[in-house]
Amino acid sequence: MSLSLVLFILLAAVSLTAALGVVTSRWPVHSALFLLVNFITLAMFYVTLDAQFLAAAQVIIYAGGIVILILFVVMLIGSEKIGQAEGHRLWTPYVGVALGVLMLATMLYTFASSLPGAQNAGTALEGGAPKVVGLALFTQYILPIEMAAVLLLVALIGALLLARQPKSDLGKIDAPIAKP
Amino acid sequence: MVPTSYYLIISGAIFVIGAVGVLTRRNALIILMCVELMLNSVNLSLIALSRQWDNLNGQIFVFMIMAAAAAEVAVGLAILISHMRHTDTANIDEFRLLKW
Repeated sequence: MSLSLVLFILLAAVSLTAALGVVTSRWPVHSALFLLVNFITLAMFYVTLDAQFLAAAQVIIYAGGIVILILFVVMLIGSEKIGQAEGHRLWTPYVGVALGVLMLATMLYTFASSLPGAQNAGTALEGGAPKVVGLALFTQYILPIEMAAVLLLVALIGALLLARQPKSDLGKIDAPIAKP
Repeated sequence: MVPTSYYLIISGAIFVIGAVGVLTRRNALIILMCVELMLNSVNLSLIALSRQWDNLNGQIFVFMIMAAAAAEVAVGLAILISHMRHTDTANIDEFRLLKW
């Protein structure tokens, strides 16, 4: 067994455990931290897949931006209030897991015939270095990247508008979070 | 070199875990995290296939998905906060008003 395969299996085990932790942990803070672990293992996968620039972007955008944003929201709202959201329907987990097994079976049935596929050395990728990705982004894909910039601006303004205090509430201070 | 199919298996497994999370959890914040999980598993399969076919387009796709995911999580969290300000719960079953 080669060294890269050992590394892959280790990373895959950590990644799947973290993904299970996101789904099963009781508290949203723990879920967010498991999500962080999963994102970092995915960034390591990207390095092994000749995508160095995207690995860095993954750490910066997901681990540094999105997870921190989620953690801020958890702590601003108060995790005890969010944590009590789990409900009363007993059959929901069974139906969800059954549907997941169905999806997994469909995937296996579809892919099973073509699994041992050919592999390629990846010479045109040049390791996915920033230079080659940037050249593609700013020549062939200049329109999509400008549209992504506009999308991010619109999302920023939209999030500001949605999350701001309503005018009628500006006078009074937010009520403290109810103690359980 | 690890075969591409192994990466696709991991990607599929993470996607299924995320989908089960969306179906079983009732907490809106955790559902948002599971959606992120699913987006990331698709990113992994795109990058694996980008190496498989020796083509950079998959990586460009992943970059755009990252931008869309950042926008999605910002707006989603803003909706969640403004909803929780009114109803004091993150239970997804209570999300039934567009306007109050």
